[in-house]
Amino acid sequence: MKVRVWRGVAQGEFQSFDVPREPSQTVLDVVTYIQRKLDPTLAYRYACRVGMCGSCAMTVNGVSRWTCRTHVNQVARNDELTIGPLRNLPVIRDLVTDMREFFDKWARARGQFKGGRTRHDDFERVAPQSEHREAVDAGIECIGCAVCYSSCNVVAANPAYLGPAALNRAWTLVNDVREKENAERLRAVAGDAGCHACHTHMDCTERCPKHLSPTAAIAGLKRATTKAALKGKL
Amino acid sequence: MTQTVLWIAQRVTAGILAVCVVVHLATIIYAVQGGLTAAEILGRTRGNTAWLAFYLVFVLAAAIHAPIGLRPVLGEWLHWRGIWREVFLVFFAYALLWFGLQAVLGVFAV
Repeated sequence: MKVRVWRGVAQGEFQSFDVPREPSQTVLDVVTYIQRKLDPTLAYRYACRVGMCGSCAMTVNGVSRWTCRTHVNQVARNDELTIGPLRNLPVIRDLVTDMREFFDKWARARGQFKGGRTRHDDFERVAPQSEHREAVDAGIECIGCAVCYSSCNVVAANPAYLGPAALNRAWTLVNDVREKENAERLRAVAGDAGCHACHTHMDCTERCPKHLSPTAAIAGLKRATTKAALKGKL
Repeated sequence: MTQTVLWIAQRVTAGILAVCVVVHLATIIYAVQGGLTAAEILGRTRGNTAWLAFYLVFVLAAAIHAPIGLRPVLGEWLHWRGIWREVFLVFFAYALLWFGLQAVLGVFAV
């Protein structure tokens, strides 16, 4: 199989390698084979290899994916693969991107939980079937792999945009009945850099390996910010 | 807050425009049956306050809706953000309103 791999930083080129096909081979196996057998200078990132950590995301034939959970026979065309770094993030080297801006945006979207209780208080009881808890469940499994962020055309056109993952996180907190700072959070996620910039292309929802729907979360934030604005609380 | 209000304004005017455009297109299709003349159009609209009210709402909604929609287009395609974009869009809104009102009053006035 012929594999083209991005080498360099923002400037660079694709380098071709010949990699033997194996049964049940993943794209991460291919990258690992290249680094161990063909070129030890290849830089890439992975940890768990089983779809839990979210660190091996790359573009495969132009589509952002977890490479550990992508079988070669799902994506190879004419026995060829093209593997590059995630889009919309600065490349550090080869297949490794700088994720700082991605996570800084989670902080800018007020992704930190701020409850009102201390260790001396009893647990707050949240009914599993309550409407708010179910809205949290719909988005809470995000592991921050940045596949959605890399797939988002609005991030590409509007670099200040917080992006699907950060807004999805904000929406889970807006629905957290223990959370105390949602007024500030709604202010942080409104406007040109926030939920109102989303064009509902749904690339994030299409690509999310966890099958979450950041688009639904962003629509929820639009509703919540609208209600807050109409009450004069935004 | 401002951008949220703009977003709400665009959604509300989109709802109004959806109705207005359907009525407008249906009227066109109805009106062109058997040929289209200026006299026929003016005969329907001159002095008719119902059509005047309808098209005033239509023009106002379009003048609000279009500049808000153009705003991200200018930002994302031309990377034009900042105060001069907003100034341009305010002028654009007034231009739509001005030309629209001219047209509406033109077919209403006897």
